[in-house]
Amino acid sequence: MTTDLNTVPAMPPGERARVPLSQRLQGLGGNTRQYGIFGALVVIILLFQVLTDGKLLLANNVASLFQQNAYVMILAIGMVMVIVAGHIDLSVGSVVAFVGGVVAVSIRDLDVPWVLAILIGLALGALVGAWQGFWIAYVGIPAFIVTLGGMLLFRGLALVIVGETVAGLPASFISISKGSLPNALGFVSNADVVTLLVGTLAFVGLLVSQLRARRSLRKHNLHMEASGLFVAKLVLVAAGIAILTVILSFSAGGTPIVLVLVGVLVVVYSFVMGRTVFGRHVYAIGGNRAAATLSGVNTRKVDFWIFVNIGVLAAVAAVVTTARAGAAIAAAGQNYELDAIAACFIGGAAVTGGVGRVAGAIVGALIMGVLNMGLSIMAVDPAWQMAIKGLVLLLAVAFDLINKRRAGS
Amino acid sequence: MDNEHILEMRGITKRFPGVAALQEVTLAVRRGEIHAICGENGAGKSTLMKVLSGVYPHGSYEGDILLDGEAVEFRSVRDSEARGVVIIHQELALSPYLSVAENIFLGNEQAKRGVIDWNRTNAEAGRLLERVGLPEKPDTPVMDLGVGKQQLVEIAKALSKEVRLLILDEPTAALNDEDSAHLLNLIRGLKDQGITSILISHKLNEIEAIADSTTILRDGRTIETLDMHGPERVTEERIIRGMVGRPLDHRFPERTPEIGEEVLRVEGWTVHHPVDHARTVVDGATVAVRRGEVVGLAGLMGAGRTELAMSLYGRTYGARVSGQVFKNGRPVELRTVGQAIRHGIAYATEDRKRYGLNLIDTIQHNISASALGKLTGPGGVVDREREATVAEKYRRDLNIKAPTVQAFAGKLSGGNQQKVVLSKCIFADPDVLILDEPTRGIDVGAKYEIYVIINTLAQQGKGIIVISSELPELLGICDRIYALNEGRVTGELSRDEATQERLMHLMTMDKDGHAR
Repeated sequence: MTTDLNTVPAMPPGERARVPLSQRLQGLGGNTRQYGIFGALVVIILLFQVLTDGKLLLANNVASLFQQNAYVMILAIGMVMVIVAGHIDLSVGSVVAFVGGVVAVSIRDLDVPWVLAILIGLALGALVGAWQGFWIAYVGIPAFIVTLGGMLLFRGLALVIVGETVAGLPASFISISKGSLPNALGFVSNADVVTLLVGTLAFVGLLVSQLRARRSLRKHNLHMEASGLFVAKLVLVAAGIAILTVILSFSAGGTPIVLVLVGVLVVVYSFVMGRTVFGRHVYAIGGNRAAATLSGVNTRKVDFWIFVNIGVLAAVAAVVTTARAGAAIAAAGQNYELDAIAACFIGGAAVTGGVGRVAGAIVGALIMGVLNMGLSIMAVDPAWQMAIKGLVLLLAVAFDLINKRRAGS
Repeated sequence: MDNEHILEMRGITKRFPGVAALQEVTLAVRRGEIHAICGENGAGKSTLMKVLSGVYPHGSYEGDILLDGEAVEFRSVRDSEARGVVIIHQELALSPYLSVAENIFLGNEQAKRGVIDWNRTNAEAGRLLERVGLPEKPDTPVMDLGVGKQQLVEIAKALSKEVRLLILDEPTAALNDEDSAHLLNLIRGLKDQGITSILISHKLNEIEAIADSTTILRDGRTIETLDMHGPERVTEERIIRGMVGRPLDHRFPERTPEIGEEVLRVEGWTVHHPVDHARTVVDGATVAVRRGEVVGLAGLMGAGRTELAMSLYGRTYGARVSGQVFKNGRPVELRTVGQAIRHGIAYATEDRKRYGLNLIDTIQHNISASALGKLTGPGGVVDREREATVAEKYRRDLNIKAPTVQAFAGKLSGGNQQKVVLSKCIFADPDVLILDEPTRGIDVGAKYEIYVIINTLAQQGKGIIVISSELPELLGICDRIYALNEGRVTGELSRDEATQERLMHLMTMDKDGHAR
């Protein structure tokens, strides 16, 4: 920073900034909404725990909650970036069916090793994303139109490739979604030691990263949240991880592999969105595209890569979905785009762009997943389940809007 | 109550948070005349017309409006139109995909029991088009017409409402000479039909040509009303004398200029309108700035100052841009914002909220936005701690009043938002800063602080270009001032030569060198 403005005298002199409390709270970085969503998730879990006579949090139910909803969480990560940038992607469900079909056909009919088939699938996802990103970023067609076209296009291609169900996939491939981490370290009074270890590692990783971030803030003499709040947050998160770990360690398989996959994706993408130039540019163009352009952000390039990225994540979801079904079917991924979009908005993303977090989208997906599972355990008619989920989405966004209006922002 | 005046506005005061846009303004318009209103940018002309037409409803201002000697209280534009007062705004309010006839009767459809009578609509529209001299079919889509013809459609629309008092806000600003002449003739023709017009215009030659009276506003106050047919001929110089002479009540920080080598030179810069490619917005402008120099660009609305700056800054405005840019004497290409920033050019927009800031993000993220590359480690990872330290430094140095740099930009006052925009520009470490209306809409104290920042930057050897509509401000901080009118640089005055009158003279000078 060669520019030095230390010489600027303050005029008029004297007057120090007086800051109202509301503005001080603003200084927390607008996290209140995030806390609210976590709270809502906890309330919904407790509600269904009671309504289902404690069946919701049975070990195997919790494990299958993650296995059933992994696809939404993976898609929601890509979708939240799309939505923050002010776009939408309606094609991911069809892309899941298309890529899943190609992966399954490669394995079964072309004798491609499944690991290679997955890599082919990811490359295909990137290609699909590049195709849509090209039209959106460089031709300037609204994403709504491009991905609506993509929804039809890739569903059609899926039907071409997967004439009838492609079953008979190898067990190792299927275990991506149905399997768990191997129980290599035995049990401690029925609890899977590997799961306990993973949980401990997750907590230690979190603790170390938080403490390092805090130490760095202190070193640079920057504003920190109060240490009481910091400790309270850590204790709450630790408790959450501990409860989840213990429950999962008693489940039939231990830690589902997809949970590890989703966990890694969440950590990586939270980092991308929060700490990298790319992530910053996504928020900048969503918050004010004109200002971002005038700040020298190459908005077209950012738009393009956002869609390449969601293409790849749709391919990951395709692998997870195909593995879970044990087969590729042309109708796979129906309505997945709507699940992912709903998860983002429940998780606090703004319809107008610029606002939204990976963690929020994941919590949004979990809220939908818990609703699904709870209502299923209670044997509520699937038709009513759908209606209830629709209302929850509407109310979540309405609540958010009303809150904002009251806050006058 | 006299019958001579169709309109009297008495003691009109209109306040916006923090400023009084109009103070005790009076305006008396005689029946059947063409009454011109002039004043510098921000003098209050448009605000006064919005009060008159009910855009600002009764109760949101103080004072009385008398129409035909009778007090009126307009609560909306509909109210004023019902009394025959119609305003045509500078930005035309036509729906581009609808036909001429549909636009003329928009909101006033020729219908019976909710069913539109198309024959009557088109026949009526045809008659109105004839009255305004527009040889177009009523079913032509408005988007197929040029701006000049659209202006006539607006007038036809006003006539359909049985207008008695027609208000035209800068009607010729976007028109070429031929269309302007036609429009002015039309206004004269309407006068013969008994329609009174109020004409807001910067073009003094037009006012001299067609106005019967001229009221001059300055800083939200009525200065005088001139009778254009009085014993003493009202010249353009006479009008200019009324328009300028804003009090030099601002204080400006002292500076001893240390002017060095030329850092940026723009030669023969020509820019066309982004949509209407035939319109020249900047016309062969040549402008230069040296290290440590503060250069002003003076001009009235539509003079092409912002267009010049933005087309220069990575072609963010305009089409068919031509001309040459020299940085430190060497020709450079500035085709994208990225190139402009790399060549050390920074631009701070006149419209902070629309183009300057991400209002829903933090001060910190806004400040770093232009030069995030300076804060990244390997793999494009932002060093947040260093970013926060930098932002914190600017918060202190520029005295941005906010609890922390984590506060949202949208929550700050105008002056503090402007300081965030400036921080962003400065952090990119430019050699040339183009500041577009850097003190618009901010209070006097903050203005002073901005001036101090500008001086500090100049002392560091940066070249500064300031665009401002406030002449005293330009006179107070600039070493040299260019005047622009209709896209052309009409003159250049040094600090010692410049006065408000001389600047205004240049700012209203037409192609042939006459003051307008």
